[in-house]
Amino acid sequence: MKISILAFGIVKEFFKAPFLNIELDDPMTVADFKQQLESKYPELKKLQSYMIAKNEEYADDKERLNQGDVIAIIPPVSGG
Amino acid sequence: MIEVKISDTTLNVTACIHATADNACGGLVTFTGIVRNKTKDKAVIRLEYECYEPMAIKEMEKIAETAIQLFAVKNVCIHHRTGTLQVGDIAVIIAINAPHREAAFDACRYVIDTLKQTVPIWKKEVFEDGEEWVAAHA
Repeated sequence: MKISILAFGIVKEFFKAPFLNIELDDPMTVADFKQQLESKYPELKKLQSYMIAKNEEYADDKERLNQGDVIAIIPPVSGG
Repeated sequence: MIEVKISDTTLNVTACIHATADNACGGLVTFTGIVRNKTKDKAVIRLEYECYEPMAIKEMEKIAETAIQLFAVKNVCIHHRTGTLQVGDIAVIIAINAPHREAAFDACRYVIDTLKQTVPIWKKEVFEDGEEWVAAHA
């Protein structure tokens, strides 16, 4: 399935782009996705932590990704 | 009443106070976050804020709703800046009012503390000799 991935902050530097369009296996959970992404972008493992957002909501590791979802990689936030 | 806003232009405390106007409220607390001139001992030249805007708006609304549920406050206004900020510029304003002041103080602290933990906004500190995304690494 095709998924769009948005990158912010330091993750944009890892990806060298503000977004990626990638092809993923179906079914795929957030945990599977993180593992796959980390093998391609090992810098992610050096972050203090990071979260995945699915369609503008934080998604936990068990959630499934579906074709057409908008996925965002959320490195540690630092607003305020 | 809840008002949340992300803006790439100068924030205004008075506008946030007006947004909460309510004759039933006798206590208004505002918090203003301002760009500081140093981090640890390093001089900060400027900050660059980036935001995942649709999600940031949703998360700020959730925080405001929760504040109204948890504390006896009536109106919550949160404005956050994005873009390039200089030392002394306002990065965030929170204005909250309540019939009585205690709830407004408590809710204001809750809102800024939670915003810093959950709202997808990032800042990069620019120093004379480099730059760094805040909190990215342990």
